[in-house]
Amino acid sequence: MGRASSLTPSRLLLLGALLACGVVAPLLFPAYQSQLTELLIFIVFALAWDLVGGQMGYNSFGNVLFVGLGMYVSAIVQVGLFYDVGLYTEAKGGGTEFVFDADQFLAGLAFGLPAAALISALAAWLLGSLVLSMRGHYFAICTLGLGIAAGQVAAGIPWIGAGSGMLTPNPPADLGDVGLLLYYLALGLAVTCTLTFAWLLSTRFGLALNAIRDDEDKAEAMGLNTHAAKVTAWVIAAAFLGMAGAIYGNLVRFIDPVETAFAGATIGVWMILMALLGGKGTLLGPIVGAILFQLTKELFWTFLLGWQRVALGVLIVAVAVFFPSGIVGFVSDRLRTRERAGEQGP
Amino acid sequence: MTAMLELVGVSKSFGGIRANDQVSLKVEQGAIVGLIGPNGSGKTTLFNAIAGAHPIDSGSIRFKGEEISTLLAGDIARKGIIRTFQQPRLYREMSVAANMLVSTAIRRSSFAGLFGRAPPDAAARGAELLEFVGLAAKQDTLAGDLSFGQQKLLELAMALVNDPELLLLDEPTAGINPVLIDSLIDRLKAANKERGLTLLVIEHNMPVIMGLAEHIYCLAHGKLLADGPPQTVRRDAKVLDAYLGAA
Repeated sequence: MGRASSLTPSRLLLLGALLACGVVAPLLFPAYQSQLTELLIFIVFALAWDLVGGQMGYNSFGNVLFVGLGMYVSAIVQVGLFYDVGLYTEAKGGGTEFVFDADQFLAGLAFGLPAAALISALAAWLLGSLVLSMRGHYFAICTLGLGIAAGQVAAGIPWIGAGSGMLTPNPPADLGDVGLLLYYLALGLAVTCTLTFAWLLSTRFGLALNAIRDDEDKAEAMGLNTHAAKVTAWVIAAAFLGMAGAIYGNLVRFIDPVETAFAGATIGVWMILMALLGGKGTLLGPIVGAILFQLTKELFWTFLLGWQRVALGVLIVAVAVFFPSGIVGFVSDRLRTRERAGEQGP
Repeated sequence: MTAMLELVGVSKSFGGIRANDQVSLKVEQGAIVGLIGPNGSGKTTLFNAIAGAHPIDSGSIRFKGEEISTLLAGDIARKGIIRTFQQPRLYREMSVAANMLVSTAIRRSSFAGLFGRAPPDAAARGAELLEFVGLAAKQDTLAGDLSFGQQKLLELAMALVNDPELLLLDEPTAGINPVLIDSLIDRLKAANKERGLTLLVIEHNMPVIMGLAEHIYCLAHGKLLADGPPQTVRRDAKVLDAYLGAA
């Protein structure tokens, strides 16, 4: 498994080709720019979920916690650098008094995105020390609760708009296509995330995560510091989730505490579904899963409107039944069987 | 000089069953010590107590003079005590090679040291150990797909590559191809002589433990029955009774 995650020349070539596609995609399909941005953010969501859920075997249902946290932190920084956040949210972010010029808007992003990553990582570190000592179902339920609680807490804080939500700064007209900027930010983040994880999984840290997944007590009995490894993995995942959430917040513009930021029933489930669809515990799986998911989601929403959630449900069941190890897992199993058959041949 | 491992009056009960009752034993640095006894006599419970898998009710366990009975399993392992399990425990979804790599002297490396590849000499030693236990051709096989005997061998190789100071082996030869047992014993003796590895071995195979250990402790019903050199223990009337069931 560790071997399957490392960067071989052919994999690098594939990543390079994907990167090239990524750079030209919004120019070729300007009509789908925001869907493509969303896709890149989803890739980061799925990869980050998989680091802990797939590679380490800790199925978190509360990763939206870090997504929402990143969204809010970034929005607060973007606004707070220039205006009073309380007054801004009271005015529903609109009006004529809360105007951001190009420099202010860019500065807001430049500070907001790293702050989102940092605060999410910090939250993961604090929570991880408690939550990650639970295992299996207990961990899953506990994280589910954390995600839900975070939404309720955010909905109760008037300073950030409480239940009526918060708007990210209105991009100034003279800045040009902000959507394109967000697209390339998301692309940069997705590439950084992929390369970081590829490197992590090539080190003994990656092996340690797999060891924890397979037999945590054994890993501990072999002298591995499992607690530190678990918390570190969660912190890294949270940093990427937070920054992806920050970009996502700027993409959708309106942050509703329960529907957008801490959206456990949609984004929270989707990121798990994407990882499972592509194949959890692999580097390529979450990426493939996110692409397929975004494609089917947009198709369902376009052609099966009214039935889109039913169709998504059918997809989930179909994946669980026919591709229990995901698309990438299915293909690599097939390849392995063929290799074995080839070895035994004449 | 203090013994490497010293147990004094260790007791452990599960409900009404006294699995270990006032057990005291000593393992000197560089020794090979055997632990025998009929099924259910508390040998594995004692291993669990030493390795920190469960707390003990009373008594003291000292490793190089330091009390370890209150430490957690991971901290005990990092002090240099590594154990193997009767039913082999491996990272089943990882390849044989990956199982070895993740076990290489991980105890000695700092946490930051995890963010790199395994040092080449450790990797080479892992490959050499795999070669020795006859699993070199199985490098890419998932550990969970190995046979029982192969899994035991892999677990032993993982423990050896971890480079412990004290190795607790729970029935290392059970389920192992008899042809391999002799070379396995030789290997353990060599590790003992060359690397100063101290061994505490649970074993049911009498010829094996008589040939390997310098000193043997015999447990029955959780109590220490007898101890001494192999020749003495095998003639001890109480030991024979315990094994043969005579009153």
